[in-house]
Amino acid sequence: MENKNNLRDEIIRRSGVNPSKCMKCGKCSGTCPAYDEMEYHPHQFVYMVETGDIEPLLNSKSIYRCLTCFACVDRCPRGVEPAKLVEAVRLSVIRQQGNNHLKADDIPELLDEDLPQQAIVSAFRKYTK
Amino acid sequence: MQVKEYKPKIVAFCCNWCSYAGADLAGSNRLSYPAEVKVIRVPCSCRVNPMFILRAFQRGADGVILCGCHPGDCHYTSGNYYTRRRMALLFSMLDYLGIEKERTRVEWVSAAEGAKFAATMNDFVATVTALGENKRLEDLRCKK
Amino acid sequence: MQRIGVFVCWCGSNIAGTVDVQKVSEALAKEPGVVHSVNYQYMCSQAGQEMIKNAIKEHKLTGIVVCSCSPRMHEATFRKTAQAAGINPYMVEIANIREQCSWIHKDMAEGTEKAIVLGRTAIAKVQLNAPLKPGESPVTKRALVIGGGIAGIQTALDIADAGFEVDIVETKPTIGGKMAQLDKTFPTLDCAACILTPKMVDVAQHEKIKIYSYSEVESVKGFVGNFEVTIKKKARFVKEDVCTGCGLCTEKCPQKKVPNEFNLGMDNRRAIYIPFAQAVPKVATIDANYCTMLKTGKCGVCSKVCTAKAIDYTQKDEFITEKYGAIVAATGFNPISMDKFDEFAYSQSKDVITSLEFERLMNAAGPTAGKLVRPSDGVHPHKIVFVQCVGSRCSSCAEKGKEYCSKICCMYTAKHAMLTRDKYPDTDVTVFYIDVRTPGKQFDEFYRRAVEDYGVHYIKGMVGKVSPEGNKLIVQGSDLIANKQLKIEADLVVLAAAIEPDKSARPLATMLTASMDTNDFFTEAHPKLRPVESPTAGIFLSGACQGPKDIPETVSQAGAAAAKVIGLLAKDKLVGNPCVAHSDEMMCNGCSSCEKVCPYGAITYENKEFRGPNRTTLIRRVAQVNEAVCQGCGCCTVACPSGAMDLKGFASKQIMAEVDAICK
Repeated sequence: MENKNNLRDEIIRRSGVNPSKCMKCGKCSGTCPAYDEMEYHPHQFVYMVETGDIEPLLNSKSIYRCLTCFACVDRCPRGVEPAKLVEAVRLSVIRQQGNNHLKADDIPELLDEDLPQQAIVSAFRKYTK
Repeated sequence: MQVKEYKPKIVAFCCNWCSYAGADLAGSNRLSYPAEVKVIRVPCSCRVNPMFILRAFQRGADGVILCGCHPGDCHYTSGNYYTRRRMALLFSMLDYLGIEKERTRVEWVSAAEGAKFAATMNDFVATVTALGENKRLEDLRCKK
Repeated sequence: MQRIGVFVCWCGSNIAGTVDVQKVSEALAKEPGVVHSVNYQYMCSQAGQEMIKNAIKEHKLTGIVVCSCSPRMHEATFRKTAQAAGINPYMVEIANIREQCSWIHKDMAEGTEKAIVLGRTAIAKVQLNAPLKPGESPVTKRALVIGGGIAGIQTALDIADAGFEVDIVETKPTIGGKMAQLDKTFPTLDCAACILTPKMVDVAQHEKIKIYSYSEVESVKGFVGNFEVTIKKKARFVKEDVCTGCGLCTEKCPQKKVPNEFNLGMDNRRAIYIPFAQAVPKVATIDANYCTMLKTGKCGVCSKVCTAKAIDYTQKDEFITEKYGAIVAATGFNPISMDKFDEFAYSQSKDVITSLEFERLMNAAGPTAGKLVRPSDGVHPHKIVFVQCVGSRCSSCAEKGKEYCSKICCMYTAKHAMLTRDKYPDTDVTVFYIDVRTPGKQFDEFYRRAVEDYGVHYIKGMVGKVSPEGNKLIVQGSDLIANKQLKIEADLVVLAAAIEPDKSARPLATMLTASMDTNDFFTEAHPKLRPVESPTAGIFLSGACQGPKDIPETVSQAGAAAAKVIGLLAKDKLVGNPCVAHSDEMMCNGCSSCEKVCPYGAITYENKEFRGPNRTTLIRRVAQVNEAVCQGCGCCTVACPSGAMDLKGFASKQIMAEVDAICK
């Protein structure tokens, strides 16, 4: 139980999202272009993190289906930012796997000129502590 | 040597519309609190100049409590917000001077909260009694 | 030095049971200034009061201290007693030795000791009391209502029926407001015009009501009972008293391409127009932005066809100054702009409309004569999607939406859905909702009827995206209960836009020194107990300018505001609370600190002449407190850095004397 709450608090801290702001309107899921690909939908991420039911999210493919297009972040009337939660859950999984941190020297050769800025920043967030 | 039981002097400022009525209600319900508490009625908690609180300490009060309407319920709409800000400043200054911050307090007591008034006063008197006499700010020249 | 009389009450055994009243009166007799000190069984009784009166005369008392129950109980009684004996009622102070002493303590010695301290404190205060006289000011027996919607109409009618004169200022060419644009009204479904227009006629015909249409409030001076308001009558280029409202000019005017704001731009009107058939006053108005004659000097068709010779192209804005005793703000609301909601494609497709536009589409007097068709191609829609909470309950972006619930949308959406299904059973209606909020008499039953009897599909979820594809609109939204994402092909999408206070409210509030909340709704003097008054004395609130409201609520609030206005105007003189702030002009340095904290706008500044050194004259800016407006909270006294502000009856010196007496 404590472990479960720790994980929830860690995800909330890492994402900077306050899931209790959610008024459960479902606009995030209404707007999500990857909805059909996902087992758990954006509004479920918010609710499940809020209630601490994170285990199923960690094991779900949904976290890799999110396109990080931020449509849900843009359109949420309450400023909840579900995509950031998805990202935080994804990070949890990646960090649990371990041994995947980049060294500063490795970075330049991995950079691709065509890579969007957001993807680079996202990759840094994923692979650095 | 004869030890006299220590009784603190407590000044309570109460706004006319909420807290003073709350104090009256505590009385009507016969809820007891220590006799050391003496209430001064003011129209609104925002009438209380920080100077009054300093004056009380200077004259030998051991604790000063300020009661007003709950935020959002002020009879004059915004008075207690000013109180809150002014007292935050005053208390941090008292803290800086080395006055225990437990000697001062702001509480919101509505006209329906007689029980809260009595409980607050009991708690406050106990806290101040534990701290003992206010020696730092008392001006001995004021004593005859 | 005062000559103080102390009267200790036993209150039967209520006080005497735990306080040795004899000891108290003896101890207080020794206090400085006390010339007379007695105790008696019931001070508030006839005999007790006589005792006080006699003592005042016999001992030439100038101040009274009554040690008795709470001042909230009998302060007024003893003040009257003192006044009857010829001393100023504000020379009486009460020491509360019942509620705050005898009733809470059980030990006699403890109770007595505290009672003596409380008595001493009251004596210390009364030493510094000064006779106070409440200020009086006359009342102008006329009210001004700003806004001519249903709120303003009802307030004006109620005030006028009580026999007082009322002026209505309306910025549009006609009164009627938003309600005039509505089709049917929930929950009874009677037509808005049928119940509103008779009231508009009542207003027009009422001998006590004067309508300033196409006018705005230019400036407000004065205070409760004595406002002086300048009203700008905008030039309408038609002589109001001559025009018969025949409407011939509005048919002949060659400028046909003016968006009709009454129909929310869904059709066009002429440059000279009467907003709608039942307009009050029924007078034409020339829109100077479009009139060819006014712009180029070449046309004059309306003038030629007008048989009454009412057209006057030379008309100028007119300024009228009137005096009022009370002002009612009834400025109403508007739906918010949908331009920022790209996801709903409002600006991309003509077939995405707001609910108010839908209201006009359904209205028999609207642009389609009541036929529900798509604005883009005039085709009858078979699938309509309603989206609720568009911009309401939206806290993420203040520029986009509003944080509050707009309150009326759930009900009007249910109404629209029901009316559509009733008139066009072949049209399928879907409503996306977050919550359906229907608190109100017959409201929930109404909504259930839409679902159960009319087969409206309610889907819990929000629409994320509307995209026009061909002549269809693809509505993508979530169905939270089925846990599905839906894609619906719709012909028409109706957005329940949030409502916001009219833009004119903010500048008006500044003129009235009335306070507003962060959403630009007027603040009430007390959210529960004084909901129709502004904290600024003499300013009253009616309708949606105070918060989102439906028609029944607006009408009841309008009546309540009228009752408050009548109560004020019925007085010949206003007697104020004498415990008000006042500034010592010699100490005031005109810094404006007090003005900023005053919740009532009671403080103004004046440049006054003072005698300077060497026979010079100095002009200094000093604070002036308007005693009729000040409510005596004392906030300014603490804000004043120079100590010039003080509160009568609760002066700094008095409170400090009390502090000293307690700490002695």
